[in-house]
Amino acid sequence: MTPILTGTKKVVTGNHAVSYGVMLARAQVISAYPITPQTQVVELLSEFCANGTLRAKFIKVESEHSAMAALIGAASAGARTFTATSAHGLALMHEMLHWAAGARLPIVMANINRAMGPPWSVWTDQNDSLSQRDVGWMQVYCESNQEVLDTVIQAYKVAEKVFMPAMLVLDAFVLSHTAEPVEIPDQALVDQYLPPYQPIYKLDVNDPHSFGALAPPDVYMELRYKMHRAMEDALAEWARADEEYHELFGRRYGLIEPYRTDDADLILVTSGTVTSTAREVIDELRAEGRRVGLLKIRVFRPFPAQFVREAVANARKVAVIDRNISFGMGGIFAQEIKAALYNACDRPPIFGFVAGLGGRDITPHVITEIIEYAESHDDPEDLIWVGVKR
Amino acid sequence: MRNFTLPERELMGSGHLGCQGCGGALAMRYVLKALGEKTIVVIPACCWTIIAGPFPYSSLKVPVLHTAFETAAVAASGVRAALDIQGDTETTVIAWAGDGGTFDIGLQSLSGAAERNENIIYICYDNEAYMNTGIQRSGATPLLAWTTTTPEKTPKSEPKKDIMGIMVAHRIPYAATATIAYPDDFIRKVQKAKSIYGTKFLHVLAPCPPGWRAPSEWAIKLSRLAVQARVFPLYEVEDGERYTLNAPQADEPALPVSEYLKLQGRFSHLTEKDIQTIQGIIDKRWQKLLKLVQS
Repeated sequence: MTPILTGTKKVVTGNHAVSYGVMLARAQVISAYPITPQTQVVELLSEFCANGTLRAKFIKVESEHSAMAALIGAASAGARTFTATSAHGLALMHEMLHWAAGARLPIVMANINRAMGPPWSVWTDQNDSLSQRDVGWMQVYCESNQEVLDTVIQAYKVAEKVFMPAMLVLDAFVLSHTAEPVEIPDQALVDQYLPPYQPIYKLDVNDPHSFGALAPPDVYMELRYKMHRAMEDALAEWARADEEYHELFGRRYGLIEPYRTDDADLILVTSGTVTSTAREVIDELRAEGRRVGLLKIRVFRPFPAQFVREAVANARKVAVIDRNISFGMGGIFAQEIKAALYNACDRPPIFGFVAGLGGRDITPHVITEIIEYAESHDDPEDLIWVGVKR
Repeated sequence: MRNFTLPERELMGSGHLGCQGCGGALAMRYVLKALGEKTIVVIPACCWTIIAGPFPYSSLKVPVLHTAFETAAVAASGVRAALDIQGDTETTVIAWAGDGGTFDIGLQSLSGAAERNENIIYICYDNEAYMNTGIQRSGATPLLAWTTTTPEKTPKSEPKKDIMGIMVAHRIPYAATATIAYPDDFIRKVQKAKSIYGTKFLHVLAPCPPGWRAPSEWAIKLSRLAVQARVFPLYEVEDGERYTLNAPQADEPALPVSEYLKLQGRFSHLTEKDIQTIQGIIDKRWQKLLKLVQS
């Protein structure tokens, strides 16, 4: 199919890119609670609901815990649902994140990465979303406002295919409050890409069933096995959804994105907006003849382990930038990549860098230093704090 | 008794997992008789998590959504929103929670739903403690009652939270008390709630024989005595201001509270003085209620 680019371009913030994505996906029930830096997402959605641009019920709840609980009710009754949050809001939802996943509800949420308090911070890092790694939600880290909008639509496609909830993640302020030109896809094409949600089961008075009833040990484990299988299937579904999206809209992102990695001795691994900065640095260093490449991790859950193995198989070193910290262990992306590589035949040494916590800038200079550190040291180190004042 | 026929339809099976004499089980049976098949029930953590039956069984012939402890009202709001946006305004959505899920952990989301005037019926079946986890005190446990976390030497030192007062303060269109010994009053209230748009709240006293330390065949008797002793008067409040007293009547001689307390092991440690203290509180509350009814 020839790419059809009939949409208009608008200059929008990352937050509003989320709102446009939700509008185009025709979410039916939205529930949210205000928290900086997410709030603009639902402000614009409120306007869309008020002026009829989006035909949806918007439940303005008294907490994020209730936001997720409302969507669990709504999705169980067959509606396409959406919420957005950040940091403490996401943490408050934790119990219901398990519930949404265990109930196999394809809820889509945007989480604007914000550092956790105390001390209070509104700036970006990934500890909020990564703290929710094991709840059974898909997690996709976005790099640009265009990717944010496109990922909302793709997330519904995949979530409703595998019946697992999906969280797209974007950096506070760097994306959430920064305006970029974004192509707003044509509604008719989005409708073609994303037909109305058809649940297999829902609360139905004509076909009454119980949802979430007590499960004895002889069935519980099988339900967890099925969740894991759904997550594995989701890898292929993300790839398929991305390809179909490319056919209709001319854009695709991959589960991971290797950039100039083919002959790279050192591969830098990033996620989120650090990737854009790193791409510039890689180009500069390549211009100097240095054999460096970049690997962006976009889909974090399910973790594309096999793709990561293949992408770094020929590198001599891997340097991971983590804008997060698992206290007492190290950067979380670095841990995941190590886990993915341990049983692989070709596994380059991995340097783990923690940088940019609480919104500290990760500049081209910082990234160059990271690359040079890894290039100039032979023995890998699990945790290297970047730019920390000691 | 006035002419009253219990609706014949039976939407609850006899194979439920309630204890013998469970007031909460009988309450659900009456509610579903009143509401009929086009009802969706949202149940947070409570005795009914068990009573409804484990997978793959259900003791109810209506759809049930189990949800987390503190989310009954808001999960029901979500179900309501989804039905509405799909064009189903006919189905009734009820949140069905115990006293812990209502008075304590679920109060925030209940208050939120009431403030937004969500179009749901919220029913609290109140057995006056965390019975499902083994009789721990809740905000609904009465003054001086024994529970496993308020042992006889230090029985509950605080009176029961006034949940009706809290809900009435939200000025919801309808709030009422009911109990299983008065099925005509109970079913009428459920049907009235169904006919009103917005948040409806029913506070249902549901005696728990194991938790109250009483024989299982006394559940309905205790429910009746609670009303007659004015421990649990039956009344309804419309729009947060119009009070109607249903039972006992204002001019009806009161049963001493000791007649209610002495049948229950959870009060067996009470002294005469304790009983007088409780009687004093009940008399004071009754007078306050009469004033609200008369105003």
